[in-house]
Order: sequence, then C-alpha cells, then structure tokens
Amino acid sequence: IMFEETGPEWLSEEVKTGTTIIAIEYDGGVVLGSDSRVSAGDSVVNRVMNKLSPLHDKIYCALSGSAADAQTIAEIVNYQLDVHSIEIGEDPQVRSAATLVKNISYKYKEELSAHLIVAGWDRRDGGQVFATLKGLLTRQPFAVGGSGSSYVYGFVDAEYRRGMNKQECQQFVVNTLSLAMNRDGSSGGVAYIVTIDKHGTEEKVVLGNQLPTFFDQ
Amino acid sequence: MIHIIFIFSKLFGDHSGPIDGSIVTTIIAIEYDGGVVLGSDSRVSAGDSVVNRVMNKLSPLHDKIYCALSGSAADAQTIAEIVNYQLDVHSIEIGEDPQVRSAATLVKNISYKYKEELSAHLIVAGWDRRDGGQVFATLKGLLTRQPFAVGGSGSSYVYGFVDAEYRRGMNKQECQQFVVNTLSLAMNRDGSSGGVAYIVTIDKHGTEEKVVLGNQLPTFFDQ
Repeated sequence: IMFEETGPEWLSEEVKTGTTIIAIEYDGGVVLGSDSRVSAGDSVVNRVMNKLSPLHDKIYCALSGSAADAQTIAEIVNYQLDVHSIEIGEDPQVRSAATLVKNISYKYKEELSAHLIVAGWDRRDGGQVFATLKGLLTRQPFAVGGSGSSYVYGFVDAEYRRGMNKQECQQFVVNTLSLAMNRDGSSGGVAYIVTIDKHGTEEKVVLGNQLPTFFDQ
Repeated sequence: MIHIIFIFSKLFGDHSGPIDGSIVTTIIAIEYDGGVVLGSDSRVSAGDSVVNRVMNKLSPLHDKIYCALSGSAADAQTIAEIVNYQLDVHSIEIGEDPQVRSAATLVKNISYKYKEELSAHLIVAGWDRRDGGQVFATLKGLLTRQPFAVGGSGSSYVYGFVDAEYRRGMNKQECQQFVVNTLSLAMNRDGSSGGVAYIVTIDKHGTEEKVVLGNQLPTFFDQ
C-alpha cells in the first residue's frame, strides 16, 4: 500500500545517454555516428536525440554518459572555440577542440560522468578523431564509446582496415551502430551519421527500419 | 593505441573481478550440420591475479557431450561433476548414449534450483544420434537450444562480431575458424580472458580436442 504519491519512477532517475557512439577517420575526412536513445532508469525519455553536437563548422563531438554533463561540456567548448577562432583569425584545429574538451573532463573528472569523442577536419592534418575519456587525450584511427560500445569491440577489431574510403567508413559506422543497438538496452532508435571533409559537413539520419539486419532478424 | 583507453577504464572505473577464485572467461559453442564446436580461453583470475593460465574450461559430461564453464570456478566445476555422475547413471539405465538435451536439462535443473546460491553459466553442447549437433544455453536456469551461444565476461565484447559474422550452414572448418576468431577478439579486449584457446569438435565419429597457443591465435589490425 502506498501512502504517498512519488510520481513516476523515471522522474527521479538520472537521465543518461547510455549510448553507442563511434567516430572514424579516412583520408580526407571523418565519419561520426550515434544512436538516438536517452533513458532515465527503465524509461526512454527521448528516442530521437541527436548526440552528434557541433563544436565548430568542421568539428563535431559525440556525446555519451550523463546527458546533462555531456551537453554542458559541448556548449562550453562551442563557446570557447568561437572565441579562440576569432582570436586566431581562422578555423580552429581539431586538436584544439579536443584539448578544450579534455581540459574540462580532466579538471572535473570526479564530478562529471561523460565521455565525448571529438572528430573533425582541419587544413593542417585532415581528418582526425580524438578520444577524451576521463581526461586523457589521444588521437586514434577510430574510437567507440558509450554503453553499447562494449558489444562491438570484437566487431570493430575484426572489421577495421586501414585505408578505407568514405563510403566504406559510412557503412562501417552504420553496421557497428546497428549491431550495438541490437544488443544494448540503452541504445536504440535511429542512427545519426555526420560526415566531415574539406568540402563541408553532411548530416544524415538512417531510420530504424533501414538499418542493416543480421542473421536473427 | 586503442588499448590504452580500455586499459584505463578497467583500472580506474570498472570492477576487477571477484576475488574468490572465479573463472570469468570467454566461452562459445556453435553447431554445424553433423556436430558442434566448443571453444574457451584458459585464464582463471582471482581479483587482479591470474591463478591459472592454462585451465581447460571445456569439461566432458559424456563421450560426445561437453560443457563450457564460466562464472565461479568452484560452482561451475561442481555442477559439471554432478551432471557427469548423473549422466553416467542415466545412460546405464537407458542402455545407450544420452541425448544432449538430457545433459542440458540436468545442468539446467541444478542451475535453476540453486540459482540464488550459484553463480555459474554452463553452455552444453554435443552430438547424439537423434538430433545431431546441438548447443544449449542454461544461463540462470533457463534451457534454450540455439545455433550458437557465447558466455562469460568476454562474451560482451564479441556480441557484435558474432551477430555480424554468423551465417547458417557453415561447415566444420568454418565453425572452427569462427570460434578461434571470436575467442581471439574477446581475449584481446577482456582482462579476465586470455592464455590459450581450447577447441573441442564433436561429431558422430568422435571427439577431437585441440589447443591453439597464444602466438598462433589470429591477429587483428592493431597487433
């Protein structure tokens, strides 16, 4: 017997983007991908959230972990990058954006629980992907993150090859997201894909029923 | 380079395994037309230490029925020994080799009855005359036949791989290669899995045990 009305459970649960995010570089650019599920406990509170957030024209970050923490970091760095790019008079480097994210993640590592993958294109080094987990900063050929990433480490280890072109990278990202969304209860919805190269930035959505299917579907 | 990130998260964020001599592991079993292939790694860890780096986690329940052990070492081995005994009695009673489903049911009965006390997951696989090669998962007391099953802590990392790579109608060599690749990928990512790979192939002609040493395992792009 309940004597007090506490309201639905999900109002008191932390809102997390338990998620799957991935970023991969190719010769000439990067491809980022994410799922679209935001959960609070057992409830899905947003099934169409775009977790690929722009930090600058040609630099994006992928959000995972606590939704509030991740979004706040992205907004702060977006502001800092605007200021920085005015100061230097040109587009910022991807490494600079990643360093700004890393600085916040490291300084507040006890308070925050978010992991942002930073990826983009700049004139100096082309396409780059940086992981900033818990305040480290490392450039990698590709990075995966979020709760769904555990299920696809084996797949990306086996399938990644150096020297893939843009279409192959996009397919790799879509396949990885689809596999992770099938296995991880905290990932799902649609897949957002962002491709960045020297010509510009292209955002795409792959709806649930258009995602690749596997043997048991 | 990529390993750096995930080593960090193991050290600072995540659990480092139970300290009671548990197995935690990667195990896999897959059926093909005519038999089954089972595979496991060989690491037994207690906390951060590896207490046995060459343990064979593929345990015979009968001539043509094996089980793969994961979870708590003591619990898993005990279940396997009890079922091995029960199957001996049962096969004498019926006067012929037991069915794989019978072995799996015996394992399931123990796992379900003592589900609060035990923490082990056994995958049962084998060959019998009636239904050929079969793989059964018995996690937490359920009993389900599957084309293939993965288990243990390392299995999380390879769900994506097995989902993408599994195809119906693979033959014996392809299944063995699938098992070795899966184990290798899981052992690279899971701190609680490692060592060598044990492979057991069971078909109507008999049972074949094989060991793939660490340096003979398939390597991937960053090794």
